[in-house]
Amino acid sequence: MGEKLLEVQGLKTWFHTDAGLSKAVNDVSFFVEKGKTLGIVGESGCGKSITSLSIMGLVQTPPGEIAGGKILFEGEDLLEKTEEEMRSIRGKKIAMIFQEPMTSLNPVFTIGQQLIETLMLHENLTKQQAREKGIEMLKLVKIPLAEKRFDEYPHQLSGGMRQRVMIAMALCCSPKLLICDEPTTALDVTIQAQILELINELKEQTGTSVMMITHDLGVIAEVADDVMVMYAGKVVEHATCDQIFEKPMHPYTYGLMNCIPKLDDDDTKELSVIEGMVPSFDDMPKGCAFCPRCPEAMDICREKMPKLSEAEGRMVRCFKYTEEWEESSHE
Amino acid sequence: MLSYTAKRLGQTVFVLIGISLITFVLLQVVPGDPVALMLEKRADPETIAKIRHELGLDLPYHIQYYNFLKGAVRLDFGTSYFTKEVVSVALIRSFKVTVKLACMAFVFAAAIGIPCGIFSAVKRGKRIDSVVMVLSIIGVSAPAFWFAIILQIIFGLKLDILPISGFDGVSCYILPSVALGARYAGSMARITRTSMLEVMGQDYIRTAKAKGASRWSVIMKHALKNAMIPIVTLIGTDFGYMLTGSMLIEKVFSIPGIGKLAVDAMSNRDLPLLEGTVMYIAFVFVIVNLIVDLSYAFLDPRIRYGKGAA
Ligand SMILES: Nc1ncnc2c1ncn2[C@@H]1O[C@H](COP(=O)(O)OP(=O)(O)OP(=O)(O)O)[C@@H](O)[C@H]1O
Ligand code: SF4
Ligand SMILES: [Mg+2]
Repeated sequence: MGEKLLEVQGLKTWFHTDAGLSKAVNDVSFFVEKGKTLGIVGESGCGKSITSLSIMGLVQTPPGEIAGGKILFEGEDLLEKTEEEMRSIRGKKIAMIFQEPMTSLNPVFTIGQQLIETLMLHENLTKQQAREKGIEMLKLVKIPLAEKRFDEYPHQLSGGMRQRVMIAMALCCSPKLLICDEPTTALDVTIQAQILELINELKEQTGTSVMMITHDLGVIAEVADDVMVMYAGKVVEHATCDQIFEKPMHPYTYGLMNCIPKLDDDDTKELSVIEGMVPSFDDMPKGCAFCPRCPEAMDICREKMPKLSEAEGRMVRCFKYTEEWEESSHE
Repeated sequence: MLSYTAKRLGQTVFVLIGISLITFVLLQVVPGDPVALMLEKRADPETIAKIRHELGLDLPYHIQYYNFLKGAVRLDFGTSYFTKEVVSVALIRSFKVTVKLACMAFVFAAAIGIPCGIFSAVKRGKRIDSVVMVLSIIGVSAPAFWFAIILQIIFGLKLDILPISGFDGVSCYILPSVALGARYAGSMARITRTSMLEVMGQDYIRTAKAKGASRWSVIMKHALKNAMIPIVTLIGTDFGYMLTGSMLIEKVFSIPGIGKLAVDAMSNRDLPLLEGTVMYIAFVFVIVNLIVDLSYAFLDPRIRYGKGAA
């Protein structure tokens, strides 16, 4: 096993809302190895973005609150850092790309001004050097006519181009960890593939670790080494990419798996979707959070929350792979 | 940018012509015969007719309008029926006073209102936010003359540190500009807060934070430049209002500005003076709007370079 760059232990990020306490991220642990890509999958609202914003120290408080846990980055707990220290880490050691390329760039500054800003914040460069480096970065992310684009405003670029700019901005200070929060969701399919390929290529070149957040297992298959599946603020399965695609173990994971269209599928065959919806925080089931939608749920699932435990060389949160399951099915 | 400016300038000329026509028509239909008022009781029909002829009031309307327009282009609106002062001279004299008052009131309002609005937005939901917002409501809703009288009592009579009337030194303008600026400070604080809050929730603000930008830079650079776009519209219009003179404030502080000129012109049916004043006010608004639109383009590249270019 490689060296751990980031290790999250028992992270709890809660929101105090008018309707009550929302445990958006509830006791989540995982790690990212140096030079590897961890994929995080899950339906909308399961806490993927909040997990990454917690790492960046960008959760709004209030209403948010980090109620517990540790975020160890290069061995140091980010939750103990001052705002000042976090600022020198953000953008420099940990960079982030967001879901919405259309709105993530500031409309009143040029691409160049925004790139230069990041460089000047973290590197000891003159304005001229920053400009050269910025243009070099635009070329690296394969933006045609980089010099010209450099002085243009975001609205003059297409969504795919803007996401490339975001990637250039994220990578310009050679971060150790790149967090991509659904970087391709808002883009059309051909552009999606190009962006993923670009991220992969740059990762190979720079040795950056990547956290790839998505709700699309297809994206995971493209880029990830390890996969973490989240459901309602908790990790339900954590395995290598090969393991997951060979044999998904958690019922939710194989539910997700059946949602991916396959090329050899008969056109008439309908895509299966997971019935029901993610429970909202104010009617969370007492037992397994997935049990209202789980085709295999048994009595024990409704009573107790299963633990995340090891099974067949990976971590799964489901009674099916425990001794209790045998016992309860014999009753 | 050049073609945009040219286009806006063209529109401006058009608007001014339209306003001159409306002004002319309205002044023909206002009740009360200026000549009769001028001559008071001594008026006999013959003299009235004679004077109407001298003033060109007996000419057909389109000729009168033509004469009015011809004069207006040269800023020549004739002489006042009452004071016999040349209208443009009276306008310039009053304008000098009003512009001083307006500039001071504007600087006061912006210097208080905008920082308070930013501060309030940053401290959203905290007690200080509520305090600023309550003060701004008082500023917006308290009548200016009431405010003016309170200021006169405190600073003029009790403390005796500032003059309560007159218009010679800068010190004379302090109380009037505070009284005039108070409501604008309030509305500026409110629009700034709203606009900042809206911008602070945008994705690009999160991007700026994720880069490691400081709180100050996120607020004063990334957020404020975007928030300024709606703020500029409001404060531009506000400045326009201030330049048209405040009748009440001018009355309370005995300042002979545009407001007083307008009141005099109206109560005397002094047609040339009224025409001149109305055209001045229209002109101020048109120019202010033009400047606001051009500053939009300056602030917002999406306008400068045309929308939707991919
Ligand atoms: N500001 C907030 N106030 C209250 N609750 C919040 C807030 N932000 C997030 N949440 C809660 O946190 C949960 C997780 O949100 P998160 O954005 O992490 O989901 P996600 O997995 O990234 O979903 P998506 O795929 O839609 O991006 C949501 O269900 C939401 O209820
Ligand atoms: S614990 Fe039970 S309900 Fe939950 S996923 Fe496993 S089988 Fe389904
Ligand atoms: Mg998200």
